[in-house]
Amino acid sequence: MVTVWRALMWGLMTLFVVNIGAMIAAVATNSFARRWLGTWLPDGWTTSWYTSAWKEFQLDAVLWVTVEIVFAVVALALLIGVPAAYTLARRNFPGKRMLMLLFLLPLMVPPITYGIPLATVLYKLNLGGTMSGVILANLIPAAPFVILVMTPFIEQIDQNLESAARVFGASTLRMFWHVLVPLLAPGILAASLLVLVRTIALFELTFLTAGPDSQTLVVALYYAVFAAGVRAPQSVDAMAMIYMAVTLVWLLIALRFVNPTQLVSRVKEHPQTA
Amino acid sequence: MSATALARAPFDRALWLVAPATLFMLALFIYPFVYGLALSFTPTQGGALENYRKFFTTDNLWPTIWTTLRLALPATLINVGLALPIAFMMRIKTRYQRWLTTILVVPITLGTVLIAEGMLTYFGPKGWLAQLLQLLHLYDGSIRLTHNYWGVLISLIISGFPFAFLLILSYITGIDPVLARAAATLGADPKAQFRHIYLPLLAPGLAMCFCLAFVQAFSVFPSAVLLGAPAGPTRVISIAAYEAAFEQYDYSLASAIAMIMGFVQLIIVAVVLGLRGLFYRGPVVGGKG
Repeated sequence: MVTVWRALMWGLMTLFVVNIGAMIAAVATNSFARRWLGTWLPDGWTTSWYTSAWKEFQLDAVLWVTVEIVFAVVALALLIGVPAAYTLARRNFPGKRMLMLLFLLPLMVPPITYGIPLATVLYKLNLGGTMSGVILANLIPAAPFVILVMTPFIEQIDQNLESAARVFGASTLRMFWHVLVPLLAPGILAASLLVLVRTIALFELTFLTAGPDSQTLVVALYYAVFAAGVRAPQSVDAMAMIYMAVTLVWLLIALRFVNPTQLVSRVKEHPQTA
Repeated sequence: MSATALARAPFDRALWLVAPATLFMLALFIYPFVYGLALSFTPTQGGALENYRKFFTTDNLWPTIWTTLRLALPATLINVGLALPIAFMMRIKTRYQRWLTTILVVPITLGTVLIAEGMLTYFGPKGWLAQLLQLLHLYDGSIRLTHNYWGVLISLIISGFPFAFLLILSYITGIDPVLARAAATLGADPKAQFRHIYLPLLAPGLAMCFCLAFVQAFSVFPSAVLLGAPAGPTRVISIAAYEAAFEQYDYSLASAIAMIMGFVQLIIVAVVLGLRGLFYRGPVVGGKG
């Protein structure tokens, strides 16, 4: 009975993984195909779709915008997230539970729900369709994510180290830079890689707030697929491959430093020091 | 900082560190939400409740709630229901676990847009899957897995299952294996261990996982447009909200739809957390930490 069950689960798992692998392989094959209509393999091979996709979708501009937005989001999320995580890890104060809820809510509400009112507000402030607007919108899930990832990291650091720095007369700022930041480096690295990978793939918020000059790669890909009727599908698939390459590079870097489960477990429960 | 200042100030200066994040969330999350709520009650014409009246009486608006639930609930149940036994099977740290988790991260990071594009190529009427099924004479009719309900459901499973699996796996590996070993000494087989040790301890994690997986499925947008039939069977609520905002430029109606969407989401979360309360309450002795 147990063996049958195990075999069934393994079977399902294999089916799932094989189909995803085949799906990616199909996109890859099509992106190199000269012509591919209802046969196992295309008639011939070519790399011309990549050059045409690159020109057609202005990928150099899109990639540059993506890099700017993603790195700005990571930097700002760390800047406001890490100090907040420090206080939440170290102090108890009235309203702390409310604050935790405030940082958890954006991860529990569908992005479209707050994305639409947010886009309305941003357009009112003339920030809609600009890079700053897209960065602000992407920070809403990113900053709380940094807080949730960093809080347990900070709780692990011995508080005596901070007291020692204090005894030797370090100011709060010096203590932060010379004691906490070096100790937290692995956690900060993990958090920034996680935010980076997630921001590259985050579609809804960028889609709602981006204008023509502030599209990230994933939104550009959406428009390419959406308006696919007029374009060769191989060209869209070539763009999809470029997108996948960008994401996978960062994913592989991230997986060297973080456990795969960290990419999703945003609400890992940790003991609160009461 | 002088000693007198410390003694005098009841206010902890470390609290300033949390201020930027709090202000940011208030300005960019709470304020737009409140603004949207207020905007939804000030329609372009008619009384305060006009938008909501319009939503529940227009034929291509209110059914979007059911369309969305019809996709999101089965997808979430399948994802969590499959992820739980598989994660339970993989709970022991082996080489397989590391490999499988790494492979499963890929569909999450590829994102829904790329999955949609891949599915159009692979599951399409002339894709490899259709060709294989015809070659093996398993199914000779034409295969319709894209541009309909099934296409969207499959894409929700592809992007949602790995997410549910990794989340549940991180909860399961957080449970002290000593507890299960103690049960095994008393003669519990894996099934009994699962039923009496893991399941009760996992209940809060499972409830959380269900909610997070549901949020993802409920806000389905790109795949419903690209892989579904956005005019008919997969006209989900986010499509209706998007059209109101960016095609009709009726931000008031769009906000109302967004609020309804948030409300439905909230009801589901409340039901799930209520069900979780029926399960087991008390200290999770074997929890992490």
